[in-house]
Amino acid sequence: MDAAALLAQRVRAGDVRATARLISMIERDDPSRLETLKTLHAWTGRAHIIGITGPPGSGKSTLTDKIVSELRNRKRRVAVVAIDPSSPFTGGAILGDRIRMNRHSTDESVFIRSLATRGHLGGLSRATSEAVRVLDAAGYDDIIIETVGVGQSEVDVVRLADTIVLVSVPGMGDDIQAIKAGVMEIGDVFCVNKADRDGAERVVREIRAMLETAVLNGASTRFSVLYASLAAESAIPDSVAPETHDYFQQGAAHHIAKQHHDHGELDLPPVLTTIAESGEGVRDLVDAIKAHETGLVSTGLLAIRRRENLAWELGKAAADRIQSVLEHEERKSAMAELASAVLEKRTDFYEALDKLERSLAAAYVAQES
Amino acid sequence: MERTIRVLVAKPGLDGHDRGAKVIARALRDAGMEVIYTGLRQTPEQIVNAAIQEDADVIAMSILSGAHNHLFPRVLELLKDKGVDDVLVIGGGVIPDDDIPGLKAAGIAEVFTPGTPTSATIDFIRNNLKRKA
Amino acid sequence: MNDMDAMEKAAGAYQAGVEKTLSKFPERKKEFVTGSKSPVGRLYTPLETKKIDYLRDIGFPGEFPYTRGVQNTMYRGRLWTMRQYAGFSTAEESNKRYKFLLEQGTTGLSVAFDLPTQIGYDSDHPLSQGEVGKVGVAIDSLADMEILFDGIPMDKVSTSMTINAPAAILLAMYIVVAEKQGIAPGKLNGTIQNDILKEYVARGTYIFPPEPSMRLITDIFAYCATDVSSWNTISISGYHIREAGSTASQEVAFTIADGIAYVDAAIKAGLDIDDFGPRLSFFFNAHNDLFEEVAKFRAARRVWSRIMKERFGAKNPKSMMLRFHTQTGGSTLTAQQPDNNIVRVAIQALAAVLGGTQSLHTNSKDEAMALPTEASVRIALRTQQVIAHESGAAETVDPLAGSYYVESLTDRIQEEAEGYIAKIDAMGGAVKAIERGYIQQEIQDAAYAYQMDIESGERVVVGMNKFQVREDPPKGLLRVDPAVGEQQTKKLQALKARRDNGKVAVTLATLKAAAIGSDNLMPPILDAVRVYATLGEICDVLREVFGEYQQKVIL
Repeated sequence: MDAAALLAQRVRAGDVRATARLISMIERDDPSRLETLKTLHAWTGRAHIIGITGPPGSGKSTLTDKIVSELRNRKRRVAVVAIDPSSPFTGGAILGDRIRMNRHSTDESVFIRSLATRGHLGGLSRATSEAVRVLDAAGYDDIIIETVGVGQSEVDVVRLADTIVLVSVPGMGDDIQAIKAGVMEIGDVFCVNKADRDGAERVVREIRAMLETAVLNGASTRFSVLYASLAAESAIPDSVAPETHDYFQQGAAHHIAKQHHDHGELDLPPVLTTIAESGEGVRDLVDAIKAHETGLVSTGLLAIRRRENLAWELGKAAADRIQSVLEHEERKSAMAELASAVLEKRTDFYEALDKLERSLAAAYVAQES
Repeated sequence: MERTIRVLVAKPGLDGHDRGAKVIARALRDAGMEVIYTGLRQTPEQIVNAAIQEDADVIAMSILSGAHNHLFPRVLELLKDKGVDDVLVIGGGVIPDDDIPGLKAAGIAEVFTPGTPTSATIDFIRNNLKRKA
Repeated sequence: MNDMDAMEKAAGAYQAGVEKTLSKFPERKKEFVTGSKSPVGRLYTPLETKKIDYLRDIGFPGEFPYTRGVQNTMYRGRLWTMRQYAGFSTAEESNKRYKFLLEQGTTGLSVAFDLPTQIGYDSDHPLSQGEVGKVGVAIDSLADMEILFDGIPMDKVSTSMTINAPAAILLAMYIVVAEKQGIAPGKLNGTIQNDILKEYVARGTYIFPPEPSMRLITDIFAYCATDVSSWNTISISGYHIREAGSTASQEVAFTIADGIAYVDAAIKAGLDIDDFGPRLSFFFNAHNDLFEEVAKFRAARRVWSRIMKERFGAKNPKSMMLRFHTQTGGSTLTAQQPDNNIVRVAIQALAAVLGGTQSLHTNSKDEAMALPTEASVRIALRTQQVIAHESGAAETVDPLAGSYYVESLTDRIQEEAEGYIAKIDAMGGAVKAIERGYIQQEIQDAAYAYQMDIESGERVVVGMNKFQVREDPPKGLLRVDPAVGEQQTKKLQALKARRDNGKVAVTLATLKAAAIGSDNLMPPILDAVRVYATLGEICDVLREVFGEYQQKVIL
């Protein structure tokens, strides 16, 4: 058996060191990992992938710790991928999320791994998705991705999850930070942590109001798609076709579905309160996370969403590859030459662009072969 | 590209003096390393399991309470039990010189006593990694 | 009085002369700074202190705002208490060390407990392995405490106990041992550290989360106000904050912010400020920058007295007096050329005395390497005695007052500390600031900057990064017998076999009910201690009800 197959076998057999080692290979983009990943591919797709995101200081690590405990009470094997930022200056990082979860270190059914962003955004989502697949193949039932809490890389990383928990916290300013960042649309389950602080009720109301507005406006949110599909399941005539994944259409369908709903009430995603420090509310949160998964499965949306995520990931990976070709020294000097030509009016911008694109394609093909 | 060195920094035992551990964690980060900081009151079992899951190249421990002769060797024993032989293990803290030979014999690669500049620890790690690839 | 116009003119002329000198002879450094890295001017004159209103800001010793000290005669009346922190191994061994110290002329005991005791674990707990008797004495039950104070007259010595999370339990043991010696609780003198907030930020021996911890503390305040009225119920500690790397101003600021939190909690618990205010005491560090340290102590007294009077409306002057213990700075000691530490400790101890400390521990030269030996403890104590009897520092009150430099520094530290306190107030107080990690972050930033200054050579530490020599490893360090853990475990087993386990169960159940409810916890703890419930058993009950604190780390 070759090294790659052996490594895959060890991962499959639950060998923690092998799993950890493979994730390191993924992190440093080691090409020899690919054979192993290909082998492991057959065993992926079983785990429930849960994204936990929210602003820094919202208590995500403590919440993750308590979610892990609750999942362990339910006899699930759990893996956590916790992401922290790398220093843009030195490339180093302090990965501190484990501090909160250390009591699980001696539980053989829990695997915790800290990842640093290592500067490149595309690389992070690639590394995370590969790491999640490895953990999936290694047999963990639930895989939690805990994110840094800021920026676009966030959105990319959480796209990998089946269920996204968006964590807010009272007292982080007048508005909910998450709304400003425009990531509210990505939540499936909403959680207001540190609910013993003043203003928790207000944050819950604000989130609800915002979700309602989103639904009534037919905004394209992840949850609209689900609820539209669920409504369709309960046989509201002709209103939705669950196969579609045009978010706008889905959102509108959700809205329409609501108007037909028996109870006349809007179906909104759950907005729960927790006090992670004491564990209060965590059981309900895990119930909501699991109910979301059940909904995804029963509507067939899980497959659709994973297909969408994978398509997105493929596009992203292709873009990364093209980017790397573009950043090659040869291309850079060609671009400089083309830029001179444009400036000196020997050619125009679009002609230069076409020329670049052709040389890019040629280089790309050459690299592939 | 140079391989990123991953260091698990831990405070074994009950001692709560983590000034040194935190300073070294920052210094290692500023030297471009990834530091997995595990905080206070770690048992040897927790440290070893965390190091394996994190695939750390180095375990760096600090003890100021005098419990080093008990706790440091225990970490090495557990690593051995689990068949891990490629992790560099270093220690620091208030440790009498007389104890150092014994700790080294147990497998602690180096012991850094008070007054050691962080640069010495950084250099030691860079030059003594057990894993190269 | 000084004619300020003439002063300005003369200062201008001086400055011109300085410029001339500098053109030929530049100074040693571009920037001169204090030990805490605050800028230091070339010269201080009445121009720098002209904003000071003597009666308002400095005043007389024993009078508000107590800048010059809390007693009107200070050391002319009575010298500070020379109190050496000690304890290791078993109660038997530590008892011997205490008797040695008393024979050598210490005037107060200071008990160091081992880490399992401080974190509420019995010696046979798995987490206690390797730690029993190491940094202090192992106390598992009243039986150990009886041995620890055997033959020591508890009505004559004052005893300070460095115990925080389980302070109520150790205090209860002390009270019961005294009862057995025939001494009423009201006759006991001493201090428990009982300062949990700094454990969260700097020292690490926490057990419970902030809320129940604050309750334990205020329960002690309430109990002692009536029953143990001469006892200092808390020692609000900046020492460890400084050891963790803070600056002098941060030490004052964060300590006083913690103090404010305790007062707030006690008032919220229904206590009268003037009932518990006089029993609050403080604990500071003394580092090498003599003048900055003296100024720090003076500023701390001024800031605290104003807060107690103006913010909390204290009426009793004793509530406004910041009384403090000082320990010389452990983190300033070097493992290299340890004899140099004797000199550092002497400077630091002098700073504490010039700053008006009520009691003092001087570190021993070997503490950067191990527990101190008897010989090095003796030198440390002798250092205090030389200052007391030979230096002249104790012959007049607050000798550095009126120094343009020291008064300027005092003002600066006061301003910086008040700035931090205002920030912490805005966050909702010290507990909230700790939960947010603000205080931890400030300390760590200062600690890292300090270390980097040493490594760049900007900060000289004699014998460590300059003036090094090759030296042999020190010999004859004190070692704790590794068998202590087993001995303690055997003692525990024997205890559990001989005590009335039925009574233990009953008292623990009563304690649990009290913990769930809101009754003062001191009486049920005393009952449990009396029937030899162990420290670990009592703490386990409280852990079950209160939960455990999770460290907040910001890096």
